Amino acid sequence: MDMIQVSGLHKSFGELKVLQGIDQVVEKGEKLVIIGPSGSGKSTFLRCLNLLETPSEGKIYIEGECITDPKVNVNRIRQKMGMVFQHFNLFPHLTVLENLTLAPIRIKNMAKDQAEALARSLLKKVGLLDKEREYPSRLSGGQKQRIAIARALAMQPDIMLFDEPTSALDPEMVGEVLGVMKELATEGMTMVVVTHEMGFAREVGSKLLFMDEGKILEQGDPRTIFQDPQHPRTREFLSKVL
Amino acid sequence: MIEWIQKTWQSFAESFVKNFIVEDRYMLIVRGLGTTILISLMAILLGCIIGFIMAFFRLSKIKLLNWIAGIYIDVIRGTPTVVQLLIIYYVIFAPFKNMPKVVIAAISFGINSGAYVAEIVRGGILSVDRGQMEAGRSLGLTSAQTMRLIIIPQAIKNILPALGNEFIVLIKETAIAGYIALQDLTKASDIIRSITWSSMPLFATAIIYFILVKLLSKGLQVFEKRLRKSEM
Repeated sequence: MDMIQVSGLHKSFGELKVLQGIDQVVEKGEKLVIIGPSGSGKSTFLRCLNLLETPSEGKIYIEGECITDPKVNVNRIRQKMGMVFQHFNLFPHLTVLENLTLAPIRIKNMAKDQAEALARSLLKKVGLLDKEREYPSRLSGGQKQRIAIARALAMQPDIMLFDEPTSALDPEMVGEVLGVMKELATEGMTMVVVTHEMGFAREVGSKLLFMDEGKILEQGDPRTIFQDPQHPRTREFLSKVL
Repeated sequence: MIEWIQKTWQSFAESFVKNFIVEDRYMLIVRGLGTTILISLMAILLGCIIGFIMAFFRLSKIKLLNWIAGIYIDVIRGTPTVVQLLIIYYVIFAPFKNMPKVVIAAISFGINSGAYVAEIVRGGILSVDRGQMEAGRSLGLTSAQTMRLIIIPQAIKNILPALGNEFIVLIKETAIAGYIALQDLTKASDIIRSITWSSMPLFATAIIYFILVKLLSKGLQVFEKRLRKSEM
């Protein structure tokens, strides 16, 4: 089944056309990796998928449901899609455990001890079980991002969206976050990842998109594209970042 | 030297007796203080309620609410508190003869304070990182839930010093309640002064206000420290 289906997606901010006709299908279990220069529209594309940005034009289907229909319940759709941000966006006034249990308790009406049990199993998975009582301000960037991933997973989503999850990290902390993401990938999670980590894109991605100026210029198997980019713009970009 | 101290002390004691003990005049001060505290508490409560509502009106996408809050804040900030008190007492509440003056004063000061609280709260909400709203919404929380559970708790922590300052200003501002013949702390001391022609009641009143404000700011400091525990 198609988890995500996008057709004719346009997005403008005033005069600025950020997305100019995106068509894409993501199947269940697929790992779509999006690369491209900054300002290419890749983050905006990702943010349209859970309607953090409202598309100006075009249709998006999530698990067969048209989410660009104005009558759709946005909150219900978002529960199925976890999102991880570049700047973590943990809730600073809540402990790590509370960060994880807030949404399951408030939205899914999960009992507190049940939510905490789930949260602990996720903290164990990201290797931070000992931090459950800490506040986010006491964690390193890498730890914060792993908590943010666990927080998104606590809603037991079908799809995970990653918006440059390692771009705000010190280089030495990138590995621990990518490690968690790789584990998630092997478990079969459907993932859409906007990243500058070319190694990760090559290793984990099942499909690679190269975007520039609001369009998809090239797409296909990551290894093939890295080895033999077809579009001149892709070649130019890759020669600079690799 | 010792003689001078004795003399001063004696005149002080005499003045104290004349101002506060004779005819149980201290009771005027006690009752006045009670009135001042009562007006202040009610006005702070009302000011916070109005302030939060108006802050949300200001931040709302609905033009009409925006406009209402804008006019309210402009009018209140653009006119003297005394004039507002007089208009509310002599004009707006004129038909309600049985309404206690304390309540009318509290409503007046509450409406006044609400405008300032609204701007403080609005600033506090805007100071919370936009990513917090996005994180809440991306989990599937509604915008109201995200406001209540994530934005407001952080905003309150940010605005507490400014809010405390507003409460202090409000307490001192209630000293004009005498304009509608309400016997608050200031009025009570002025009544004693007009009988005894002594400066002592006024100084005593100044000290009482000072202690009141000091206690409030200490209390707010403790509260703020407790809220800040997540940032240690």
